[in-house]
Amino acid sequence: MQYLDRMLWYDLKRLWRQEIAIAILVACGTAIFIMATSSTLSVETSQKKYYADYRFADLFAGLTRAPMSLKDRIEEIPGVLQAQCRIEHPALIDMPSMVEPVSCRLVSVDRDAETALNGICLRSGRLPEPEQDKEVIANELFAAAHGLRPGDSIDVTMDGRKDTLRIVGIGMSPEYVYAVQPGLLLSDNRRFGILWMPRKAMEGAFNMEGAFNSVAIRMESFASEKQILFELDRLLKPFGSWGAYTRSDQSSHRRLSDEMHQMRAMAYVPPTIFLAVSSFLVNLVLTRLVHQQKDQIAALRAFGFTKWELAIHYSKLMLVPVLIGCLIGAIVGIRTSWWMVDIYAIFFRFPAMAYRVAYSEGVFAVSLSLLAAVLGGANAIRTVIKLQPAEAMRPDTPQVYGKLLIDRLGLGWSLSTMTRMILRRLTGAPGTTILSVLGIAMGVAVLVLGSFMRDTIEFVLEVQFGRSQRQDVMLTFNDTLSADACHDVLHLPGVHRVEPFRSVAAKVRNGTAEHRLSLMGLEPEPYLYRVLDADHRPVSFPSNGGVTITKKLAEILRVRRGEFIDIEILDGKGITVRAVVSHVFMNYTDPACYMNRGDLHRLLKEGEQLSGAFVSVAPGAMDELYQAVKEVPKIAGVLDIRAAEKNFRELVTEHTKIMRLMNSIFGALIAIGVIYNAALIALAESGRDLATLRVIGFSHREVSFILLGELAALTLLAIPVGLPIGILFSYFATLALDTETHRFPLVIHRSTFAYAATIILIASSTSAWVVSRMLRRMELVSVLKVKVS
Amino acid sequence: MGIVANPIGFDDEKALRTPNRVLQRNTGSTRNSPKVQSDVMDSSLLDMESDAVFRVRGVTKIYPMGEVSVHALRGVDLDLYAGEFVVILGASGSGKSTLLNILGGLDVPTAGSVYFRDHDLTRADEDERTYYRRDHVGFVFQFYNLIAGLTAYENVALVADIAKAPLPPIEALRLVGLEERKDHYPSQLSGGEQQRIAIARAIGKRPDVLLCDEPTGALDVKTGVIVLDAIANVNRQLGTLTVVITHNASIAQMADRVISMKDGRISAIERNSNQIPASQLVW
Ligand SMILES: Nc1ncnc2c1ncn2[C@@H]1O[C@H](COP(=O)(O)OP(=O)(O)OP(=O)(O)O)[C@@H](O)[C@H]1O
Ligand SMILES: [Mg+2]
Repeated sequence: MQYLDRMLWYDLKRLWRQEIAIAILVACGTAIFIMATSSTLSVETSQKKYYADYRFADLFAGLTRAPMSLKDRIEEIPGVLQAQCRIEHPALIDMPSMVEPVSCRLVSVDRDAETALNGICLRSGRLPEPEQDKEVIANELFAAAHGLRPGDSIDVTMDGRKDTLRIVGIGMSPEYVYAVQPGLLLSDNRRFGILWMPRKAMEGAFNMEGAFNSVAIRMESFASEKQILFELDRLLKPFGSWGAYTRSDQSSHRRLSDEMHQMRAMAYVPPTIFLAVSSFLVNLVLTRLVHQQKDQIAALRAFGFTKWELAIHYSKLMLVPVLIGCLIGAIVGIRTSWWMVDIYAIFFRFPAMAYRVAYSEGVFAVSLSLLAAVLGGANAIRTVIKLQPAEAMRPDTPQVYGKLLIDRLGLGWSLSTMTRMILRRLTGAPGTTILSVLGIAMGVAVLVLGSFMRDTIEFVLEVQFGRSQRQDVMLTFNDTLSADACHDVLHLPGVHRVEPFRSVAAKVRNGTAEHRLSLMGLEPEPYLYRVLDADHRPVSFPSNGGVTITKKLAEILRVRRGEFIDIEILDGKGITVRAVVSHVFMNYTDPACYMNRGDLHRLLKEGEQLSGAFVSVAPGAMDELYQAVKEVPKIAGVLDIRAAEKNFRELVTEHTKIMRLMNSIFGALIAIGVIYNAALIALAESGRDLATLRVIGFSHREVSFILLGELAALTLLAIPVGLPIGILFSYFATLALDTETHRFPLVIHRSTFAYAATIILIASSTSAWVVSRMLRRMELVSVLKVKVS
Repeated sequence: MGIVANPIGFDDEKALRTPNRVLQRNTGSTRNSPKVQSDVMDSSLLDMESDAVFRVRGVTKIYPMGEVSVHALRGVDLDLYAGEFVVILGASGSGKSTLLNILGGLDVPTAGSVYFRDHDLTRADEDERTYYRRDHVGFVFQFYNLIAGLTAYENVALVADIAKAPLPPIEALRLVGLEERKDHYPSQLSGGEQQRIAIARAIGKRPDVLLCDEPTGALDVKTGVIVLDAIANVNRQLGTLTVVITHNASIAQMADRVISMKDGRISAIERNSNQIPASQLVW
């Protein structure tokens, strides 16, 4: 056995280049997997603890107004453990440092705030005095964005009245792990905040004495969620409830779940690619080695080593780099998962971040890497086991090359002899060539996968902000306003164009499939807020024209254009109507449903009651408008589309840049791993030929041409193979990233393909350069002394 | 015409024949063959000295091997002339291959000078030696060193790619009597046939010198004779200076001159006035 160990050590040393290539690929795969699983585990552990410690509710419902007496009846519903009846309201804050008004959500706190559901985790200061009507707690990130501290004052416009409130505490709540303004995808802590205010003050400010407009419920364990939702809806419907929902529809929770979902997708796809490629490398290296050492294996067998001892010896040779790769991958993965968790902590707020290591997933990753290596090496190991000593001593049956296709076509004269050598090598071992091409193609594919997001997001932004939403600001009113109010808005300074809309909470249904959303009534021919069809033409909303829904909603409801859906208006009056789906369009955010505004008014049996307006503003007049809006009490919300776009770009661009960089490195590593190995093998297999050519008088450059030509051919073949695979991967990625709140179309620009190809060419040239240097150092004379079998 | 321009200026035949035109910087001064008297040199050859293709003077080769160093050549003086058929004999390890490799520009001596015509090979750099090999030297090795992935024809055609005035490959194959086998791969040929292909490859470029290191070493007598015949044929028909290393003393009977080596030195040079063809050799 000692002899085998020495041989193992010798082979390990001799093959260090290939071992490193394999170890790096395995390390990348394991690192990504452990990073993704550990950071999800960390975030989810933090989340779980936070939810439990601060009593995050299970069910939620919003309504227009209900008396507090209803609370007992809610708590009587079987399965309900505790109900929290609150007042919530949007409001505007006038921050002196900002021209535009800042939107916020006011949430009532009861006397029992210490034990109530959705508890507030105080970071500094104290809870407001229940009897004090001017004290609030501000959410942490908002306070941080504006440098607010306990003791600071802010001007808030509540239901038309402006008041100065004092911040007494800075806090956070499991309800707002991710605090995002309704209607937006990403949080902007400068423009949106949460304020917690004593119930009594809220009652006064919003004329809600003894009433509530929001319920949160904690269920008993093992209670039937469905049953409670049903009872709750029945109970709350008369009070204008727009439907009870579970955590999975709660915006903060959903955002966090989506994020974890995407992270998990990331945990599996890239590592699989890495493992596949490393498995292929193991195959390549081991097969070659076993072939090379056939005589030696035969001799050892003749000396009395058993075939299993030899099989284990060769397995060890590949398991060593794999285990080293796993070890490095685990260390790097755990380290980067901490980093990842810290990045999450910037956007998702928890009282404390738990740093966890996903041990079982780690073990899984290591086993999988080993399995991949074993699969990759299986062929070679089988050769070792099957090898008959006597047979192996005989020389190989000489390989006879077939005729090149180009010769059969009669075009042979066009080839130089050196090109012939390249072609013979490529066609001589087609299996290896195909695998090499596929391996490099994987690198190309990873590069496409890592870069396409930029194109996709750019496309979405262009559609969303450039072509579809052309307003500068979306204003929402406190309550619905009459048409006159619209007139007022039109006369705000700087306003160029106004497009009023009506929105109402509704439940759309088709059979058993249903979805809650905000049904929007738009102008017949919208100019600012447009819905675009598949050909990017604006959809019009003629009177009695049915409803236009997003593709996602059509999928949820399983309807097609021309079919009917039921719409139930959730304002307590129980209005239900059947409407035809006249258009289905693609959007990239929440499911939505649009119809003619007049139709909606008629449906609601109301006059021209408006919920808000899309406004375009004369260039440079934005500040003026904001100044005026701050003085208009009826406006409850301001959504600056351009600022949102900018915020989105900043956050997402940074993110996609990092992803692109990482994936470029990964893609290049895959390509280098494969090309470098192919080059080493080519050098080993044709080194003698190449040295002979040097002796005959070929220059280093000419001889390199043969070696590099082979690599260039592999690379050039791999690019057209890799690009479609990359498209396929990207397509799968869009499927994995597809959630209810955002979906990504598959958009890949030509420049991304060019980028992927360029990186691969650079990676390939680098490996080629290294091997070409090895070729230069090769001893010429020694090659002539040995006989080849 | 070669793929890459010739860096040391073996531009055309004229340049090669005109002394000191190009390599003056290498030699430093005009060297009109100072009379270096070698004790083993046959005086009748002195008048041929201006025709010398190789002039080897005081060449030593030391391989440093850690503590000890191996003295492969310990001072070799030798002139070789155009059109000669030279056989080198000597015990294993006496330095034959080392000398041949130095003549062929594969290796450089530790000390001494080696002139190919007017060009000092000891001062040529790697690239210059490559072009020297490319333009002037044909090699034949004990183990043939054919390219397995190329047919016999292609192996020969290979040098046509880089040579200036190559023989048509089929012509080269005819010289070794194997034009019938041109489409066969090396693995489909016998050892002797492979060696003849190797000879065809070596002469395909019309080299000025043909250097053969134990060309029959791996062959049986009958095949060896055929191979030697091919080599002698080339020497005769093309007038190529031919150097053959062998362990087989009887092969010496084919030679114009026989050089014997011992312990890194030339121990004897004999002129052979009575050459006999390969087929009549007695082994
Ligand atoms: N690369 C090398 N490193 C160290 N020593 C070397 C090297 N090449 C040759 N030698 C030594 O130089 C001496 C001369 O070797 P060379 O190959 O010239 O012998 P040779 O006469 O050709 O022998 P043979 O007939 O066995 O081929 C030998 O002692 C050999 O061990
Ligand atoms: Mg020798």
